[in-house]
Amino acid sequence: MIKVLFFASFREKLKCEELLVDEGSYPELLSSLKSQLAEKGDDWREVMMSERTLVAVNQTMTRKDVSLKSGDEVAFFPPVTGG
Amino acid sequence: MISIQAEDFIPSEEYARLEGDKSSGGIVTFTGTVRDMNLGDQVGGLFLEHYPGMTEKALQEIIDEAKQRWELIEVRVVHRIGQMYPGDRIVFVGVSSAHRKEAFAACEFIMDYLKTKAPFWKKETTDDGDRWIEERASDQEAADSWNNKLG
Repeated sequence: MIKVLFFASFREKLKCEELLVDEGSYPELLSSLKSQLAEKGDDWREVMMSERTLVAVNQTMTRKDVSLKSGDEVAFFPPVTGG
Repeated sequence: MISIQAEDFIPSEEYARLEGDKSSGGIVTFTGTVRDMNLGDQVGGLFLEHYPGMTEKALQEIIDEAKQRWELIEVRVVHRIGQMYPGDRIVFVGVSSAHRKEAFAACEFIMDYLKTKAPFWKKETTDDGDRWIEERASDQEAADSWNNKLG
């Protein structure tokens, strides 16, 4: 199972804070997870395809495609604005 | 030391925690506060969201990188989350070092990196309603500029 999290404006736009992708049906690559989520609707497609979207796998930001395994936590969020 | 907290912090208390090491030659601190204006609009309040777990980790990585670049003695980062209002304190960064230049540089570096790498998001309340604050290119440029500096 993979845990997928959304933060800030993405959480509000998608009306989703967390979703679980079940064992057996989860994609092996981050890029395929994004494609799978993009199928959920126009807002989802927009978030998944946007160049602004940041991705963290197991709480570390990544710009590369990486392989996923059960237990991973993948988070999607807009550029950060703290400080 | 990193603290992510809803409650306010007292800068003098944070400062005092950086004192006491006799090898220290200087302490530099930065305190960020909520402005009442942004993009020409009156701001009534600010809500800070974070990513529990990752935010702490990202801040620790920033501090570790600062410690690799400069000889630092102590680093403290306090960042508030939740609802805040104009004038409220949001963030504190304090650095002690044997030499002032290192302390100044490290404090600025930590703030520049925090603004572009630590998962915090601000939502502000204006007369037109609530809106998520968008990133600024100047913040990214400030962070990127450290790539070309040796420290």
